Amino acid sequence: MDAERLTHAEARAAAEHAARASYGHLVALLAASTGDLSLAEDALSDAFEQALLSWPSGGVPANPEGWLLTVARNRQRDTWKSASRRTSLPLEEADGNGGTAMSALDELDVDAIGDKRLELLFTCAHPAIDPAIRTPLMLQAVLGFDAARIASAFAVPAAAMAQRLVRAKKRIKAARIPFAVPGRDAMPGRLPAVLEAVYGCYALAFLDAPEGQGGDMAAEALYLAVTLAALLDSEPEAWGLAALIALSQARAPARRGPFVPLEEQDTALWDSRLMEEGASLLRRASAGGATGRFQLEAAIQAVHCERARTHATDWAALRTLYAALVAVAPSLGARVALAAVIGRAESPAAGLAELDALAVRDDPAGAAAVEHFQPFLATRAELLARAGRRREAAEAYNAAAGATPQPAVRTYLLQRAAELGP
Amino acid sequence: MRYTLLLHYPEMDAASLGEEAMAEGQRAFSSYATALHQAKVLISAEVLQPSSNTTTLTKAGGTLRVQDGPFADTKEQLGGTFVIDVADLDAAIEWAGKAPSVEWGAVEIRPGATYTVDGAWTPNA
Repeated sequence: MDAERLTHAEARAAAEHAARASYGHLVALLAASTGDLSLAEDALSDAFEQALLSWPSGGVPANPEGWLLTVARNRQRDTWKSASRRTSLPLEEADGNGGTAMSALDELDVDAIGDKRLELLFTCAHPAIDPAIRTPLMLQAVLGFDAARIASAFAVPAAAMAQRLVRAKKRIKAARIPFAVPGRDAMPGRLPAVLEAVYGCYALAFLDAPEGQGGDMAAEALYLAVTLAALLDSEPEAWGLAALIALSQARAPARRGPFVPLEEQDTALWDSRLMEEGASLLRRASAGGATGRFQLEAAIQAVHCERARTHATDWAALRTLYAALVAVAPSLGARVALAAVIGRAESPAAGLAELDALAVRDDPAGAAAVEHFQPFLATRAELLARAGRRREAAEAYNAAAGATPQPAVRTYLLQRAAELGP
Repeated sequence: MRYTLLLHYPEMDAASLGEEAMAEGQRAFSSYATALHQAKVLISAEVLQPSSNTTTLTKAGGTLRVQDGPFADTKEQLGGTFVIDVADLDAAIEWAGKAPSVEWGAVEIRPGATYTVDGAWTPNA
């Protein structure tokens, strides 16, 4: 690249590209030897700043990842030196500690070593970490989401989320939670949290994308899921998750622009390569035997994708799969989806009866939860419209629009309300 | 890295437990300590007397108070401690899971901060 002509914007783009592609990998490399995630993240963020300053004049280095690692490593070293002065430890001792870790990093060829994000994922999902903070921690440490974005996705105040992340990182360092992939014995206990978090990355990428596209982060989540499944080899749920993400992401092109409900989407827009990949990942999952939550969700996606071939939605198959999902992993979302499918497989009235049962099932708290749960409100609106109860349907669509954070979906719901309105 | 395993469990005496069960427990703890020692991770171990024999000191409003009984009067009491030196939390969890009392109580794993060597404080690392 012509160094003379490299603008600040181009340097920023190059640095941002490097950041996306290698953030978690570099954090894992920097943190593994010390257990200090915060220090690794700070050092890496300094390195990115340095890149923005020096790349416009000096050009983008041939190996941007290696460059960032070297600069970040030097930052870490500086911090250790000043820390050892502060605590007035004998310098040899500080060097003995940090120095060994440093020389190990010096030898490192970034391209030659495997993907370190997996180790980092297992660290973040360690049983000694509060389950509620595992996904946010992974989103930050592995994929580089900032605390404010994670906070908004989890609907908590940014300052509270930032504080909880800092606390979790302190705990990793203080209790010396290792950066390692667990052995076979520990795997069944450790894997669900990792799968949940990778899925969380995908869901967040989805919410965050301006046009419902997901983009790079969704691709990142798919990549992580496929890598995780391949590394673990014989974990059906890991393959199931990879299949789920691939099949959901296959329909991303149809989510561009104005919101179109799944069953009205033009199947010609769906990505046939991703659908094939998803189907093959799902076959891999089914070969493993035990059927878990992610396999069922992937199978549900596969039924929807089948419409590209058969031109009809198999509601009976969906009903069976959703009933199994509710049995294996009962969640409000799955119960609402089952009600929606019953509304199609049987009758709108049958679906509405299922929804009404949900609203009273877990009394006061449960009723309050569904009142603000967008899928519940939107499903109710649609079933009311199908049942010919126009006025109630219009009200329900308006309520659903009020509970929707995504502008495109809100526009669609308000439009439906207007069509039915008085 | 040093970790202290804090063994909490409901207190039982020989009378309520039975001589045989008591002897069985002692054998289990003995072989646990041997395993830790042979793995070269055991720093020290204490099995404590029942909390009925303990004395608690507090200083409230400048007055030192000596009290009969444990600090917290709960069903489960601190019954013993093992200090081990292992690589990381996963290794500590593995050893803690082998403590005989995990069958009838909780084992708390607390990372150490500093400890003394010949009377001088040394940071845990």
